[in-house]
Amino acid sequence: MTDTTQNTGAVTPISSLHTLDARTKRRNAAENRFKLYGMIAIGIGLLMLVTLLTTILSKGTGAFTQTFVTMEVELLESKLDKSGERDLEKIKKVTTFGYAPLIKTAFEKTVEIHGIETDLKSKTMAKILSKSAASQLRNYVIANPDQIGQTIEFRFLANSRVDGYMKGRVTRDSIANDKNITPAQLDFVDQLIEAGALKKTFNIDFIIGADASDQRPEAAGIGVAMMGSLFMMLVVLALALPIGVAASIYLEEFAPKNWITDIIEVNISNLAAVPSIVFGILGLAVFINYMHLPQSAPLVGGLVLTLMTLPTIIISTRAALKAVPPSIRDAALGVGASKMQAVFHHVLPLAAPGILTGTIIGLAQALGETAPLLLIGMIGFIASNMPETVGEGLLSPNSAMPAQIYEWAKRADPAFYERAWGGIIILLIFLISMNTLAVLLRRRFERRW
Amino acid sequence: MYDTEKLGTDVNQTETKISARNVQVYYGDTHAIKDVNVDIDAKSVTAFIGPSGCGKSTFLRCINRMNDTIDVCRVEGDIKIDGEDIYDKRVDPVQLRAKVGMVFQKPNPFPKSIYDNIAYGPRIHGLAKNKADLDEIVEKSLRRGAIWNEVKDRLHAPGTGLSGGQQQRLCIARAVATEPEVLLMDEPCSALDPIATAQVEELIDELRDQYSVVIVTHSMQQAARVSQKTAFFHLGNLVEYGDTSQIFTNPKDERTESYITGRIG
Amino acid sequence: MPLSWLVLLVLALAAAGYFIGRIRVLKLAGGDIRALHSLPIYYGTNVALSVAVPAIAVLLVWLLAQPTLIERSVSGMIAPEMIPEGSNLNLVMSDVRRVADGLNTAISGGAMSLAEVEAMDATVVDVRARLGELGVALGQDVRPEVLAAAKSYRSAAVTGNTLRTLIVLALAGIGFGISFSKTKPDYRARNVVERAVLALLMAAASLAILTTVGIVLSMLFETINFFGLHNWRDFFFGTTWAPNFRGDSELSILPLLWGTLYISFIALLVAVPIGLFAAIYLSEYAGPKTRAIAKPLLEILAGIPTIVYGLFALLTVGPLLVNMFGQSGSLGLGWMSGATSVLTAGIVMGIMLIPFVSSLSDDIINAVPQTMRDGSLGLGATPSETIRQVVIPAALPGIVGAILLAASRAIGETMIVVMGAGAIAKFSANPFESMTTITTRIVSQLTGDGDFASPETLVAFALGLSLFVLTLGLNVLALYIVRKYREQYE
Repeated sequence: MTDTTQNTGAVTPISSLHTLDARTKRRNAAENRFKLYGMIAIGIGLLMLVTLLTTILSKGTGAFTQTFVTMEVELLESKLDKSGERDLEKIKKVTTFGYAPLIKTAFEKTVEIHGIETDLKSKTMAKILSKSAASQLRNYVIANPDQIGQTIEFRFLANSRVDGYMKGRVTRDSIANDKNITPAQLDFVDQLIEAGALKKTFNIDFIIGADASDQRPEAAGIGVAMMGSLFMMLVVLALALPIGVAASIYLEEFAPKNWITDIIEVNISNLAAVPSIVFGILGLAVFINYMHLPQSAPLVGGLVLTLMTLPTIIISTRAALKAVPPSIRDAALGVGASKMQAVFHHVLPLAAPGILTGTIIGLAQALGETAPLLLIGMIGFIASNMPETVGEGLLSPNSAMPAQIYEWAKRADPAFYERAWGGIIILLIFLISMNTLAVLLRRRFERRW
Repeated sequence: MYDTEKLGTDVNQTETKISARNVQVYYGDTHAIKDVNVDIDAKSVTAFIGPSGCGKSTFLRCINRMNDTIDVCRVEGDIKIDGEDIYDKRVDPVQLRAKVGMVFQKPNPFPKSIYDNIAYGPRIHGLAKNKADLDEIVEKSLRRGAIWNEVKDRLHAPGTGLSGGQQQRLCIARAVATEPEVLLMDEPCSALDPIATAQVEELIDELRDQYSVVIVTHSMQQAARVSQKTAFFHLGNLVEYGDTSQIFTNPKDERTESYITGRIG
Repeated sequence: MPLSWLVLLVLALAAAGYFIGRIRVLKLAGGDIRALHSLPIYYGTNVALSVAVPAIAVLLVWLLAQPTLIERSVSGMIAPEMIPEGSNLNLVMSDVRRVADGLNTAISGGAMSLAEVEAMDATVVDVRARLGELGVALGQDVRPEVLAAAKSYRSAAVTGNTLRTLIVLALAGIGFGISFSKTKPDYRARNVVERAVLALLMAAASLAILTTVGIVLSMLFETINFFGLHNWRDFFFGTTWAPNFRGDSELSILPLLWGTLYISFIALLVAVPIGLFAAIYLSEYAGPKTRAIAKPLLEILAGIPTIVYGLFALLTVGPLLVNMFGQSGSLGLGWMSGATSVLTAGIVMGIMLIPFVSSLSDDIINAVPQTMRDGSLGLGATPSETIRQVVIPAALPGIVGAILLAASRAIGETMIVVMGAGAIAKFSANPFESMTTITTRIVSQLTGDGDFASPETLVAFALGLSLFVLTLGLNVLALYIVRKYREQYE
């Protein structure tokens, strides 16, 4: 460029702006490095998110399918209802041992129908089924006593090794020291697959079923724990929302500026940062040891989570109340409303979407909380049936989704690990829907004053 | 307050330091500066006046490319300093800003000591060979900023502890420390009381024997007091540009006249 | 009367009171609303509140107080020498409660009459078998003194419950009577109702104080019990954590504190640089589009429950580290023997804290005034020079506060360390070893059938209190620093 032609007589610049000196180059390099660190940091953060999500999805989706063996079973009257009276009480007297021979016969018949050649004895064949196969059949018979004497097609749960074989978790190499399954049984499984009798299908029981003992991972489900979580959330919603809103209204609209108010405010902001396990200790000491509320009950879990969630709800509710401009209050007071009327008739309805959003986010937080639940006993193989009434749901021992996941993770069996990851998928689906709802509510009702 | 002798000699100097041609500035969809052409003299004080929002600050910030820090801002046209296009791709704004210093509306000392405030520029640009050298630059700059006598005993006290007027002179000294050729001042006295304003104005007058000073002000009296040339901006247009005495006594454009007589603004 | 019925009855009375109050005042005013001081709903609400509030308040206090009172009187019946070897008063009392419950079930189910129960003699009848028939399972045979205590426990509880019902209903009735007689057109019902509502609002706000007091007291009492059974010097200054349920345990917090701090340190080592650089990039460099995408994505990490991170540590990060540093690992170093380690828990906790650090720092960096940046850029500093030499020093107190908050989070975090850190209490500087933390020990000492009279269980409360004090101190300090910092720029 023609630098000096235009400004005749001008002082020639010592250095031209159009050439970079060495120092500036160095500084620009440092600048780019610094910027790169920032990008790397964000990259690492996002990479972690992606890793976490792909891990969960890749390891957890397996829990939603399960391997079943479909066979024809003859429900022999001679075994199940000797009297022939179809008296339910008598049918119930037949234990699962009484059903085992039926299953063995079913296997013999299946082998015959499909022309499978195998040296296995029917007893060994039956071992590829879950330990709960017999009780599965028994439950069916008790529910449908009229089917006795007929031949039905029944879907038996395969055991977790066979399921693992179908999902690639178990291989012929990995079972070398496994007492639960032999290569010969796997050969038989292959034959059944070929015959179309053994299939991996969607397993609704994982979503709606109950936990099972640690010998039967294939039968474990998260449904009952889900109910436990649901009842806890009901308690949290019923207590934390009204109390939180009342406390916020007091602090934001009525509280005088004095030391008591200061103490309350400091308390709330500190409670928000108290480790959750401390709330668990509080629950154990106060609700269970002192008030003798039932251990492991969702009611107690709900009370603990309420105390834990309150600060979150109070903080967001106060923000929502603060966002309503004072002119609204002035307008109401100006037409002769009392302060209480101004707040309840005008401010509160306008703040409602914000309060709701905060409450949903608080609930989502409570839903994922585990540590305090461990201390009040909502852990372990607790409930095997769905609660039938609200009272039972609140008071009878149960687990909760995150506690159930922890329980599975503790059992140190890859089949349970798969269920733990699967449980996380369900938990995350709940959390994502709740947060999406909160975001939608905010978008829909957000008001700019 | 004025050195009349100096004023007289300066009138003859017409060497151009900055020349702007067809400058357009857009903030997103808003056309903030429309087709501005101006030549700014070396070693003199040029004042930009005009009502709020007329674009005078925006134009000032184009001269050291401070507008680059705003995402939505777009500058078109040519601005040349000593004949070099500052919007050329090869120009590094960092180097440019060392040459074109800036003083802001609100005094903005860094939360560091007075010494470190002044030494900041020389350090990042590598102007000092050693500690003694840096000490000398700091003292020289503080003297140029007419604040040396007030702070020489507490160079290591925080700069934020000074009074508003002192802070602004500190900021001027800080800008001077990087040995710029042009000093841009964006309403440097608007946050100051009258006494501090008078001190800063006096300082500006002294600065022009070394630097081209461009000052944006909303006070016409200030423009009249400190500047040799004045540019009047209105709604993004440069309406009138000329010797300060001419603008204030005999404006050619009726908008300028309306403004200086107080009918618009 | 069962509790739920009592509550429902009081609420029904309150609802009826609402309508009665409303109707009465309208009638007195001759149907002319203008003759009333307040709107009719306030007269109704006044009656309803007068019925429900005192009655329910007394009921709540009663529910809290009755168990302690009965327990205290009944536990006097069990002489210390009657407590069997290896048991304690608490265990005996829980037996007593269970037997008393059993007797109650028997009576309400109609299986036994009141007289039968009173006449039952544990030396003659096998109470366990008898109750077992009625579906009440007892863990062990019922000894005579337990049965006697259970009987008086039961009768005290029954008397208490009857008394409770009577008093609560009486209060509801009195409240109804008084408010009903006051319900006249010139009665300032609105003012009264508003004062009552204000009191309720205040009570709700005070729950925060009550919770804190509850937390402190519940842990303090048990901690005092613990120090009665165990030397406090060993707890605070001992060097070994070795609980032993046959007694003679060494229960020192120091090795646990070491593990806690070590893991938190690693977590901060991961979270602070990444979080801080992410915040700097997002607030100083990123365009609005990048920010709108990257920020919420990073914040998802903060919304993921800790159980997920725990599982991630146990099943993914732990095995991955073993594959790298373990015996047959890819690096062939043999440094790590199991998946649980300080590093496992620390790294995963660090990931969890990234968004926490970044969003706090983001707020704090944004609070640094733009004029400060302009001043530096105007002198010809590059953005990174501006950030390193002006913005960060200016934001430093706030960032320190944010890091302290993150540290307090890390110290109180439970699930990640329970699943990822291991269970061995020791002083070691090797991050590949598994170590244990305060929170982990609280969980392990308090889950399962704890005996609330043994130091091995009670130590959990002392640990909890220490944890509470530690995190509270950090939080208060951090909030103080951050507030001071914000005031500086306001």
